[in-house]
Amino acid sequence: MSDQAVQYIYILSAALFVMSLKWMNSPKSARRGVFAGEIGMLLAIVGTLLRHEVVDYKLILAALFLGSAAGVPLAYLMPMTAVPQRTALSHAFGALAAALVGTAEYYRQTPHGAVMIALVFETLLGYLTFTGSLMACGKLQEVLPTRPITYRNQNVINLSLFGIAVALGVWLIVQPGESWIFPIFSGLALLFGVLLIIPIGGADMPTVIALLNSYAGLSAAAMGFALGNRLLIIAGALDGSSGLILSIIMCKAMNRSFTNVLFGGFGQVRKKAGAAEEQRTVRSASAEEAAAILDAARSVIIVPGYGLAVAHAQHKIRELYDVLTRRGVEVKFAIHPVAGRMPGHMNVLLAEAEIPYDHLFEMDAINGEFPQADVALVIGANDVTNPAARTDPSSPIYGMPILDVDKARTVMVIKRSMNPGFAGIDNPLYYMDKTLMLFGDAKAFATNLVKELAEAAKAA
Amino acid sequence: MLNDLEVGLYVFMLATFLGLEVIRRVSPLLHTPLMSLTNAISAIAVVGSLLITGAAHASTLSRVLGFIAVTASTTNLVSGFLITDRMLKMFKTRQPGPAAGAGK
Repeated sequence: MSDQAVQYIYILSAALFVMSLKWMNSPKSARRGVFAGEIGMLLAIVGTLLRHEVVDYKLILAALFLGSAAGVPLAYLMPMTAVPQRTALSHAFGALAAALVGTAEYYRQTPHGAVMIALVFETLLGYLTFTGSLMACGKLQEVLPTRPITYRNQNVINLSLFGIAVALGVWLIVQPGESWIFPIFSGLALLFGVLLIIPIGGADMPTVIALLNSYAGLSAAAMGFALGNRLLIIAGALDGSSGLILSIIMCKAMNRSFTNVLFGGFGQVRKKAGAAEEQRTVRSASAEEAAAILDAARSVIIVPGYGLAVAHAQHKIRELYDVLTRRGVEVKFAIHPVAGRMPGHMNVLLAEAEIPYDHLFEMDAINGEFPQADVALVIGANDVTNPAARTDPSSPIYGMPILDVDKARTVMVIKRSMNPGFAGIDNPLYYMDKTLMLFGDAKAFATNLVKELAEAAKAA
Repeated sequence: MLNDLEVGLYVFMLATFLGLEVIRRVSPLLHTPLMSLTNAISAIAVVGSLLITGAAHASTLSRVLGFIAVTASTTNLVSGFLITDRMLKMFKTRQPGPAAGAGK
């Protein structure tokens, strides 16, 4: 086939990618969107294989086979609670591919000018996103400590490392023939990716994942410039802008500036919670007492958080939802944008448990309803419900938009212990008179609640 | 006449704005599947990887790097599309079964 025809295939493929993302605007058309994306990708691959430059198919077929063999189980065996890790891992793979192609291109033809600029971008972003995403994946999988790891002069060291990498990149652009620089440049980019993610804590992961998504897209777009391939530029730009939007949304939801996140949340050393142990009392309740209150309620808003994912409690929550709706209680779910470890994490878990998505509400849509709610049931969420964000200017999360659970008539919090949340910030919500602490594992406690409610139903 | 770089920059600029407009309309409900879908789409890096791996007279280095790149991006696109679909299949409004009488 002529290379001209391949260009038309690429145009079709690019159009399908755009449609694919457009169809993601509603759950009804979203699966069609995935299908469009698949066809677009298939066309891109077939079109590329037909190009006259591609003459050797043996290695390609082996790699396509190997990749598919790894990809299928990765998609089907992955539990939904592990989706953030999987996403981080695939950012790493995507970025690695871009970086390796850039490296191979460099050694193949030692390009000059604009192509070399694109190549430097591609490899810099690719390598740093590769190791950065691996670190994020490790933190999410908890094989690496999820607490921020900080050391003295972290900002200075990181920034100077990045500065040296960029300087070497510029040197390569000016003198592409200095091939001894390339490995050092690549090594620094790899190292910088690690250092970038080390100081970032688990609670900031939604922003970081979105940002790495953007970087991976941008490195693919840079590859498009290096190879003069517009399909790559379009797909990479779409991916880059998607990651950008998501990270802006995450930033706003945490009241952090965008520059703060662009630099990977450098030095986000949060203040230790005031060690002054005031004698404040909390009221706790048993499953039996909590069930009685829930049973008497007319409306309940459930607020899920990362703790729900950790405890794999989504199916039990579904049972709780069922038993309550059967008793005539109106149950809604309030989802904070940064609840969980990636954008939309909670929605996927609740959808997995087959909770109808029209019962899931975004923060702005539900906040006005808390004052009318009889019970706000918080499950494994902490900072996103902390009223100090509204009232206490000295709080590290002051100004962050939160779910107004404290306005509900009764607040129940399922929590393992009184340990402050990940960010180490105390939550005044727990000491309010109307708050009942339900101590225990989210899944175990929900199981008990369901049992008590079922018995109450039988007795009635 | 525009050279390759200038055309590329135009394409990049327009695609970025298009992306911003399209993605802005995606409901937060679907942000996780959206991210895994864009992830699969960014596996378009496979195109570059195929060109490197399959080129005539490619050096051993090119072949090795290309082979890893094709494997990595194929893994990405296969798992990305499949898991996105798997997630989206789970999003339902009201399932048949227990009559959920939530309306009041």
